[in-house]
Amino acid sequence: MLSRSAAAAPAKRRAPARVLPGFNITLGYTLMYLCLIVLIPLSALVFKTFTLTWDQFWAAVTGPRVMASYRLTFGASLIAALVNVVFGLLVAWVLVRYQFFGKKVVDALVDLPFALPTAVAGIALTALLAGNGWVGQYLEPLGIQLAFNPNGIVIALIFIGLPFVVRTVQPVLEDAEKELEEAATCLGASRWQTFSKVIFPSIAPALLTGFAMAFARGMGEYGSVIFIAGNMPMVSEITPLIIIGKLEQYDYAGATAVATVMLVISFILLLIINGLQAWQRRHTGASA
Amino acid sequence: MSSNLIRRAEAGTTESAWVRYTLIGITLVFLFLFLVLPLAAVFAEALRKGFDAYWEALKEPDAWSAIRLTLITALIAVPLNLVFGIAAAWCIAKYEFRGKSVLTTLVDLPFSVSPVVAGLVYVLMFGAQGWFGPWLQEHDIKIIFAVPGIVLATVFVTFPFIARELIPLMQAQGNDEEQAAIVLGATGWQTFWYVTLPNIKWGLIYGVILCNARAMGEFGAVSVVSGHIRGQTNTMPLHVEILYNEYQSVAAFAVASLLALLALVTLVIKSVAEWRHEREMKAIGDLSPENTKAAPVGATVKAA
Repeated sequence: MLSRSAAAAPAKRRAPARVLPGFNITLGYTLMYLCLIVLIPLSALVFKTFTLTWDQFWAAVTGPRVMASYRLTFGASLIAALVNVVFGLLVAWVLVRYQFFGKKVVDALVDLPFALPTAVAGIALTALLAGNGWVGQYLEPLGIQLAFNPNGIVIALIFIGLPFVVRTVQPVLEDAEKELEEAATCLGASRWQTFSKVIFPSIAPALLTGFAMAFARGMGEYGSVIFIAGNMPMVSEITPLIIIGKLEQYDYAGATAVATVMLVISFILLLIINGLQAWQRRHTGASA
Repeated sequence: MSSNLIRRAEAGTTESAWVRYTLIGITLVFLFLFLVLPLAAVFAEALRKGFDAYWEALKEPDAWSAIRLTLITALIAVPLNLVFGIAAAWCIAKYEFRGKSVLTTLVDLPFSVSPVVAGLVYVLMFGAQGWFGPWLQEHDIKIIFAVPGIVLATVFVTFPFIARELIPLMQAQGNDEEQAAIVLGATGWQTFWYVTLPNIKWGLIYGVILCNARAMGEFGAVSVVSGHIRGQTNTMPLHVEILYNEYQSVAAFAVASLLALLALVTLVIKSVAEWRHEREMKAIGDLSPENTKAAPVGATVKAA
């Protein structure tokens, strides 16, 4: 590396010499692995989609069952992500600001949904909420059904998305400057005013990032949902399950078309999340 | 007057006791309902008919082959992503180059792709109707509905975990120590092995353990490519699904309880890694120039 940049020295404007070796090989390996594992397979999906005519594509992605699944997947992810914003903020707040017995265990447990396989989460939640389950048996006489319908999907997605909000908000709360709150109080603000006018604006970008991450995860989630959903067409059938259904009927074209729609949605969400993270960095950078 | 202000300021950074206890209470109830109860349900359901039934379910040959396949898959997928994660973190964290943010976004991409879509893309590549399908059939190589497909899908899904863990860590640590090592005559490998690796050790362990948990537990992507052949292409999560759908509840939860144990072990290792990392960071903080003069010699030695 060194000798190469030295040799290129007479060139117009030389890049700053890289002292550390290994740039070419690590970048090369990263790009190769990325292409082999991610980019080429994903492009196979796009190419396959282009073998369909527009009418075929449109028919596949706008069938009534598919449309119902979009509405369900989108709606359930949205509700679950909103619930996670409220409770995720609460959990993060309590973990950062208060002391209580067993706090470290609780803090570690928050990551459980990351570590627990989704299928295990799915059957566990179903066992709890089904009519004869620990929780379900008390709710059923009240006419509340939380399993085998869209309610179950929302609950599974709350479980899956919980750590995202907590883990994005927690570090921002930890870094927040208490001096600002002290100043606010000295200037006569009530505690609630301090929270809503001083603390909340500083954690809002992180909260929004966590919301978007939980939402994105919910849109693609499969393992935990299918056990508890009941999977009735038009009622509780999520979009990933539509893809599986089409595959099982050897309708590769239809599966590909719906998968492309999902891929585009996840692309858009990824870009939004990246934008939010950049905003968050600027935000914390500016206030520091 | 001034002491009054200070008291008000201190009171102003926390809430009254009853608000505190209410918030803690709500949090604990919420986490109990959503995290502890499902976890407890797995073990309770698995042991509902006693230890013997639990043991019988795990001794079953199909369960064994599922456990074996899961271990093999993780054993291949995790090292692959480990090498990639280190390479990606090295070039993203240590250098500035054009297109770096695009590369970082692409590394994150598998996080946001639905696992079902991830499985499907490999079917489109290697399935009977796929790009390489006819060629593979001619040469009698099976990827889809066989072990290689399961490994590939798992690699895809767990792709970013280690890189994601290492990139911010290595960025925060900067290049100074590595540059010093190179200037003092160390080779690239020596620099990585003796300077970088000790600094990123705990982040690396956390990344690997999380990657492993996800690799062993992956369901959606693997379910698309596996073909569900009992005793051959069933991983543990798929085996759980089959047993559950056959109403063999105890057996399903018995296998699930192994995966839940894996999750708990993951959380324990993760917490330990985090605490150790924090302690080391604090020790390094104590060693910084402003503090070394004030700190007694003993403290410096202990920290080192």
